[in-house]
Amino acid sequence: MTMSRPTMALLLAVLAGLFTFPFYGGEFYVEMMAEMMILGIFAMSLDLLVGFTGLVSLGHAAFFGIAAYAVALISPEYDPANLWLVMPAAILASALAALVIGLLVLRTKGIYFIMVTLAFTQMAFYLFHDTALGGGSDGIYLNFRPEPRLGEWLAFDLAEGHQFFYFVLIVLVLVYGLLVRVLRSPFGRVLVGIKENEHRMRSLGYATFRYKLGAFVLAGALAGTAGFLYAVLFGFVTPELLSWHESGQVLMMVILGGMGSPVGALIGAGSMVALEESFSMLTKHWQLLMGLVIVAVVLFLPGGLIGLPGRLRGLLLKGGGDD
Amino acid sequence: MTEALLVAERLSRRFGGLSANEDVSITLERGKLHALLGPNGAGKSTCINLLSGDLPPSSGQIHYKGRDITRLSAPQRSRVGIGRSYQRTNIFGGFTVLENCRLAAQSRRQRAWRLFTDACALGDTLDKARAVIAEAGLAGREDRIAGTLSHGEQRQLEIAMVLATDADVLLLDEPLAGMGSEEATKMVALLDRLRRTRAILLVEHDMDAVFAVADTITVLVNGQLLASGSPDRIRANVEVQQAYLGDEAPASAVSGCGAPPRAPARAAPPAGTRDGSATCRA
Ligand SMILES: Nc1ncnc2c1ncn2[C@@H]1O[C@H](COP(=O)(O)OP(=O)(O)OP(=O)(O)O)[C@@H](O)[C@H]1O
Ligand SMILES: [Mg+2]
Repeated sequence: MTMSRPTMALLLAVLAGLFTFPFYGGEFYVEMMAEMMILGIFAMSLDLLVGFTGLVSLGHAAFFGIAAYAVALISPEYDPANLWLVMPAAILASALAALVIGLLVLRTKGIYFIMVTLAFTQMAFYLFHDTALGGGSDGIYLNFRPEPRLGEWLAFDLAEGHQFFYFVLIVLVLVYGLLVRVLRSPFGRVLVGIKENEHRMRSLGYATFRYKLGAFVLAGALAGTAGFLYAVLFGFVTPELLSWHESGQVLMMVILGGMGSPVGALIGAGSMVALEESFSMLTKHWQLLMGLVIVAVVLFLPGGLIGLPGRLRGLLLKGGGDD
Repeated sequence: MTEALLVAERLSRRFGGLSANEDVSITLERGKLHALLGPNGAGKSTCINLLSGDLPPSSGQIHYKGRDITRLSAPQRSRVGIGRSYQRTNIFGGFTVLENCRLAAQSRRQRAWRLFTDACALGDTLDKARAVIAEAGLAGREDRIAGTLSHGEQRQLEIAMVLATDADVLLLDEPLAGMGSEEATKMVALLDRLRRTRAILLVEHDMDAVFAVADTITVLVNGQLLASGSPDRIRANVEVQQAYLGDEAPASAVSGCGAPPRAPARAAPPAGTRDGSATCRA
């Protein structure tokens, strides 16, 4: 996992670009970039399961949606909530849901795992869709963005677009750093071992269920982090956030960017939002174009977009011969 | 006085109507190498699977250091000290040789998950991994991707991984199969050394190797224990000669070229052995 110099330089350049973005990007693009980063966090959280632990979940949106609903439900109607309370609470709600659901679904494997995660996310969807709990199919509004209140002191203002952007950016960097650390740790190595050969891990003495549950809860909590930010960004939540369509969408982001790499997940989320945005300006049938791109990537770039530079270099070297 | 580490009593395992193991009793002692022989399909791998916890027995008991471990899962048995290798190479093909062994060594330090330490900063597991790699004859191969090793080297890696878990009991399913003769000789010497501080159960078709290193030999046929005893007694056992070694004189079979014996795949055990009257325990 050590980075080569060019990768490091590129990463720094991207970070610098992001930190200065509000100075040259217009309001519209600042908000779009915030959405990309939020979905990037969401995609990275799923990649922990799919790309690192080998657990293909089709129900990951449940944890995204649960945190989003949690903020909307906890926040008072006519006052801003306290960020330092409502954000941990929302993340905790998702983590707890992941713990309970994980205890059940992780007893299954392969196609059955995909099926039961799908079933659970559908249950969560209908829980919010068909009951008055969260405003039914209309969803609920979050009237005020939470305030970072410490006593009387407000460190920043999330209601202001640029500050919200920086808040999301910092959370993104923290989540990325956390994931990279965890993946390098003994725990992370076990997860990758489970993906490679779970049977062998068991005969080496690893009770793999506990590790998978740990990964599932961590992924749920991080998806919740993204869900929280998403609710704050758009100011309302609907049952669609927990739908299996949303779960499929985030899985596509991970596959598009390249599984098994947090950077890949970020690239996947970013390109998905960018493509959606540009295709929908071109035509009403942008979903068709989107599908084409996904099929093309899966067919010609099995490692995802993150494998593109390596592919191009390979082609150039082969095509250009020796210099 | 030898120390009985693993004692299995009347283990049975059925697959539908097939009795893959029937009333198999085996004792593994520290300092002893116990070989398990039998024609193809005799139930040797099934026996190892029962002892390692890969398969639950249909009936019977297993004790480890006096404690009943019949209901322990495979990871639990590994953690108490029972390690195994597989007949079909079972490694992390996409990882380096070092990472294969490092993961195996790390399994001994699982109490704290340590989410934020760098796995490679845990020097003791890394040292352990390097040591067992050298012990299994793979020094210099640490950074190779395990899947790209030769077949024989992958077999050596299997052994290195078991060693990295510090197991007291080694259950080895045909570890020499597919190794070159030079590696096999080295591996036999390694087993000979390992035996001093451990108990080893060795499934092996190479008769030369078996009769050279085994302290005790158990012969399985059709899932049943046909005979068990010292190499000399097994060599002299008429039923073993008839049921397993065929018409060949056992002397020629055991001093032959080392090729797997052409045993009848499903020879019926001679009558009268089921109650164990013809078996003897070391
Ligand atoms: N999981 C299983 N399900 C059904 N039958 C099985 C299973 N495992 C083993 N058997 C059957 O049990 C019998 C014993 O198989 P086992 O693999 O233990 O034999 P073995 O002595 O190891 O043979 P070999 O020398 O070929 O490795 C065989 O008839 C086999 O087909
Ligand atoms: Mg076998």
